[in-house]
Amino acid sequence: MALTETDVAFVAKLARLHITPEQQPALKHELNQVMGLIEQLQSIDTKGVEPLAHPLSVLHDIELRLREDSSLPTNTIAQRNHLMQNAPADADGLFLVPRVIE
Amino acid sequence: MNWEVVIGLEAHVQLATHSKIFSSSSTQYGAAPNTQANEVDMALPGSLPVLNRQAVEHAIRFGLAIGATVSPRSIFARKNYFYPDLPKNYQISQYEIPVVLGGTLQCFVDGEPFTFNLTRAHLEEDAGKSIHENFATPDGRPCSGIDLNRSGTPLLEIVSEPEMRSAAQAVAYARALHALVVWLGICDGNMQEGSFRIDANVSVRPKGQTAFGTRTETKNVNSFRFLERAISYEIRRQIELIEDGGKVVQETRLYDADRDETRSMRSKEDAHDYRYFPDPDLPPLIITSAWMAQVQAGMPELPEEMRRRFVETLGLSSEDVAQLCHDRQTAQYFEAVASALPAGQAKLAANWVMGEVAAALNRDEKEIDACPLSAAALAKLLLRISDGTISNKIARDVFTEMWSNNTLDADAIIEAKGLKQISDSAAIGAMVDEVIASQPAIVQEYRAGKQKAFNSLVGQVMKLAKGKANPAQVNDLLKQRLDS
Amino acid sequence: MALFLDQYADILALRHALDNKQISVKELTQALLGDIKQNVNLNAFVDVQPELSLAQAEVAEQSLARGQAGALTGIPLGHKDIFVTEGWRTTAGSRMLANYHSPFDATVVHALLKAQTVSLGKLSCDEFAMGSGNEHAATGPVRNPWDHEVVPGGSSGGSAAAVAAGLILGATGTDTGGSVRQPAALSGICGIKPTYGVASRFGMIAYASSLDQAGVMARSAADLALLLDAISGFDPRDATSIETCRGVANAPGRILSDYARFNDTKNTQPLAGLRIGVPTEYFGDGLNNNVAQAVEQALVVLESLGAKRVSISLPNTALSIPAYYVIAPAEASSNLARYDAVRYGHRTENYTDLADMSARSRTEGFGEEVRKRIMIGTYVLSHGYYDAYYLQAQRVRRLIAQDFQRAFADQCDVIMGPVTPTVAPAIGSLSTDPTAEWLGDIYTLSVNLAGLPGLSIPCGFAPGHRSQPLPVGLQMIGNYFDEGRLLAVAHQFQLVTDWHQRRPGAPT
Repeated sequence: MALTETDVAFVAKLARLHITPEQQPALKHELNQVMGLIEQLQSIDTKGVEPLAHPLSVLHDIELRLREDSSLPTNTIAQRNHLMQNAPADADGLFLVPRVIE
Repeated sequence: MNWEVVIGLEAHVQLATHSKIFSSSSTQYGAAPNTQANEVDMALPGSLPVLNRQAVEHAIRFGLAIGATVSPRSIFARKNYFYPDLPKNYQISQYEIPVVLGGTLQCFVDGEPFTFNLTRAHLEEDAGKSIHENFATPDGRPCSGIDLNRSGTPLLEIVSEPEMRSAAQAVAYARALHALVVWLGICDGNMQEGSFRIDANVSVRPKGQTAFGTRTETKNVNSFRFLERAISYEIRRQIELIEDGGKVVQETRLYDADRDETRSMRSKEDAHDYRYFPDPDLPPLIITSAWMAQVQAGMPELPEEMRRRFVETLGLSSEDVAQLCHDRQTAQYFEAVASALPAGQAKLAANWVMGEVAAALNRDEKEIDACPLSAAALAKLLLRISDGTISNKIARDVFTEMWSNNTLDADAIIEAKGLKQISDSAAIGAMVDEVIASQPAIVQEYRAGKQKAFNSLVGQVMKLAKGKANPAQVNDLLKQRLDS
Repeated sequence: MALFLDQYADILALRHALDNKQISVKELTQALLGDIKQNVNLNAFVDVQPELSLAQAEVAEQSLARGQAGALTGIPLGHKDIFVTEGWRTTAGSRMLANYHSPFDATVVHALLKAQTVSLGKLSCDEFAMGSGNEHAATGPVRNPWDHEVVPGGSSGGSAAAVAAGLILGATGTDTGGSVRQPAALSGICGIKPTYGVASRFGMIAYASSLDQAGVMARSAADLALLLDAISGFDPRDATSIETCRGVANAPGRILSDYARFNDTKNTQPLAGLRIGVPTEYFGDGLNNNVAQAVEQALVVLESLGAKRVSISLPNTALSIPAYYVIAPAEASSNLARYDAVRYGHRTENYTDLADMSARSRTEGFGEEVRKRIMIGTYVLSHGYYDAYYLQAQRVRRLIAQDFQRAFADQCDVIMGPVTPTVAPAIGSLSTDPTAEWLGDIYTLSVNLAGLPGLSIPCGFAPGHRSQPLPVGLQMIGNYFDEGRLLAVAHQFQLVTDWHQRRPGAPT
C-alpha cells in the first residue's frame, strides 16, 4: 500500500510531528521504501498462527502479575519538586502548558 | 413525525482502592497538586505500569453482581492520543477483550421495573486534571496548569446497550448503577469529587425505523439532574435540527449547566485514530475460577435479593422496599430494627426508618451510619408502640428526646415523663362519657350524619387524656357510647 | 598511548590487584578519569562527573577496608545513556533529553551500584537506541578504537568503544535488535543479551517494549558472567520481569551457578556432547567471505574441544527484518509519545498553541531516524492496517520463535553463526536507502523477536573498507534461560584462543 502525501500528513498529525510541505516528498519516498520492505510480510501464510506478544509465551502462558493495594505516602513539596525538576514550565506545583480551550 | 429516542450510557466509575491502578501513589482526594504522582504517573522516562489487584477484584465483584461473564483472560491495550492530562499520551485501557462482558441491571422508572442490558465493563486509568485559572507565560500568553494527582486512578468503564428510550429511563438506570457500585463497596459514589461520571450517547430516529440515527456523546456529566437536562436538551436539539432539514453531526459535546445546553467540544473535533494495540508492558490478565468463587463468597447480599426477601418474608410493598433498599446501610439498619420486633411489625419499622429517621438524618445532614439511635434502641421504642404502651404520636416525642441524647433509653423516658398510654377501658370510658356530656352540640351534629363531628369528639377525649389515651380504644368506646 | 587498564586483562585481574591493595579504588578511578579525558576524540562518553565517580569509589574503598568486598567491588564501569541515573544526565542520545536529570536510578544501575562498582559516566548511544552505528547520536558519531574512521556499531556504540579502548572494564548496554551483540562484534569485545525478562526494564528508556533487554559488555566471557549475573533478577516494578527460570528463581546466583556447572569439566574435550546448530540461512549470499572464514575457524576450534556441528534450518530468518521493522517502530511510536514538552524534555521557543508546541518540540528534539520510525510505527498501527501489518508481524514472530524451538527440541543445544554480514563500515557511509542499514541486522533480529539469550565474542579479523583488519564476532544463541551455558561455552573457547585479549593499536 503506497503512501500518498495525504497519508503522510495524516500520520504526521497523529504522531504530533511537524512536517513542512518541502519535506513531504522526500519523507514520502523514504516511507514508501520502508513499506516496500515490509510488504514481504503480506505474502506469508499465517493461517492458524496466533500473534506472539510476550516472547516467552511460546514456552508457557505468561500471566500478568498483580500488585497488593498499598499506597505510598503523599509526597512532600520537596519530593514533588524533585520529581518535577525537569518541567519546562511550572507554577504552584502544576505543569504549565498553553491554554487548551474546550 | 413521531420520533424515537435511543440512549446508551457509559459510566466512568472510580474504584475505591488505596493506590492507583498502575502505580502505588495514593488515590485520596484533595492533596496538593502533583504530590500524589510518582515517576509512573508522570510518565518519566523508564517508568513502567504494574496492575493493582484490588482494582481487578472490584471489577470481578461488579461483573458477578450484574450476572455478567467475567473474562478468565483479558488484555490491556493502549489507546493512543495526545492530550496534556494524559502523561504517556496513551491511556492504558482494555479494547477487544475486556474484563466483564454482558450483564443486566434492574431499576425502577416511575415505579415500574425495567431491566437494562449492559454491553461490557473494562478497567482503565483516569487522566489528570487541567486547571484553567489565571496562569500565564512571562509574555502574557494564557496557560493551563496540569495536576496529575488524579492520573492513574483506577476506573471501571461500564457501557450499557443503547436500550433507554427516554431521559427518565436513562436517569433511572444511572441512579441504579450508582446505587449498586456504592452498595458493592467498589466506589464511594461521590459525584462532586468525580467518582462517578456519565457520558450519554443520544440519537433519534423516526418511530419504526430499525437503523440508528447519528449519535452524539455528551461527556462527563456528574449529577443526575444535569444528566436529565443534558439528555433532554440533546433530544430537542437533534429533533429540531433534523426537522429543519439539517443533519446531526457525530461529535463529542459537553453540558454547560449555567446555560442549560450542550455544546460541541472544540478540542475533540478531529476524528481520532486511537491505534489500539495490546500493551507490551502488561501480559494478559488471568482470573481463575477459584478467584471468582472467592469474590462470590465475599459478596454482600445484592439489592435485588434483599428487596425480594423483604417483600416475600416481611410482607412489605415493592415501593417501601425500593426506598428501604436504596442503599445497603439503610437496608441493613432497617432489617436490624425489624428483626428485633415481633413478627408482623415490619411495616412499623419500615414507616419509621423511611419517615422519622430519614427526616431527622436529613435535617441534621447525617448519613445512616451516623444515626444517633442504634437499631436496637429504635426497636425498643417501636416495641412500646406495638405493645400499646404509647401511641405513635407520643413515640415521636420520645424519639426526638432520644435523638438529641442517645444515652437515654425509651422506657426511661416514658417512665420519667409519665407517657404511658391509658388503656384502661374504664378510665377511657369515663373520659368519653365526660366529653359526650360536655359537648351536646357536636354530638348532635354527629347524630345528624356529620362524620367530622366524630373526629372532633375524639380530639376532645385525647385532649382530656393529655394525648395518652389509646386511640383505638377511644374510637371504639366513643362509637359504642354514641351509637347505643 | 598506555592506558591504565592495559595492565589488567580482565575483572578478575583487577580484583586481585584491589584485594591485595596493589592499587586503591580512588587511584584507579582517578587514573581512568584521566584516560577518558585523554580520549575524548572517541566521543564515547556523554556525561562524566568526577565527584560522583569518586564518591562511589569511596564506598568501594571502605568495603574493601572492612574486608567485605564482593566480586565487583571497585570495578570501573559505564552505563549506556538509555538507563536513567540520578546524578548523571540521561539523554538517550537525543536533543529531546539534552538536559534531563532523572529523579531515580534504573534497576540495572541500582543493582551494579549495590554490587559496589564504580560508574565512570554515561555512554553514548544511537538516539533512543535506534541505529546500528552510533551515528544517530545527538552528540555525534562515536569512533571505533580499532579505526577511528569506522563505526563501533550501535546502538550501544559508546559502551563498546569505551570497553574496547580500555577506558573501563565493563559497560551496560541494551539490545532490542542486536544493539549489544553487534557493537561488541564490530568493536572486538564480548557482549551478551539475556533471555527477555531476566533483567529489569524499569528505568531503561523504552524503545520497543517487547524486544528491549538490558545487556552487558566486557573483555571476556568470564567477566560477562559476573556482570550479567549481577544485573539479572526479578523486579516487581516491571510487569514483564520473569520470576522463575525453569523453576529456578531469577536472581543473582542463578547464572553464575549454571556457568560454574557447565565449566566443570575435567576433560580435554570440555565441550564433548555439545551440539552446535549452524543455520544454513546465516551463511547465504549477504555474508562477507572473510567474515564467514573467521566464523568457520571458530567453529573448528569448538569442534576440537569436542563439540559436534549440526546443520540446521531457521527458514523464517529473512522475515525477521520486515517483522522487526513493523513491531519495533509500532511500539516505539507509542513509547515516544510521552515526549511532548509538557513535563520534561525540549520545549520549542515559538509556537501558536499546545498542539503546535508539542509538534515543533518533538520535531526539533527527535533526529531523522527516530522521526522516521515514529512515522512508520504510527502508520502500521493506524486504522485499517493494524491487522495486515502489526498482527501479521506478530504472527510471523511466532513462526520465527517456533523455528528456534524446533531446532533446540532435538537437533542442537546452542546455535552459532556470524553477528554481522560485514566488519565495521566507515562512518558516514550509509546509503540513501534507509533500509540498507537495516539489512545488516539479519543475524541478530530473530533472537530478540524470540526473546532468546545471545552473545557475541571476538573470533578473528577481516579486512575493512581500506583493507585494514577489523574485528569479527562469533554469535552464540541459546534456548531460554541458558545464559550460563552460553557463557561457559564462550569461556572454554577463550581458554584456548586469544582473540578476546587483542587490543586496538597492538598488532593483529
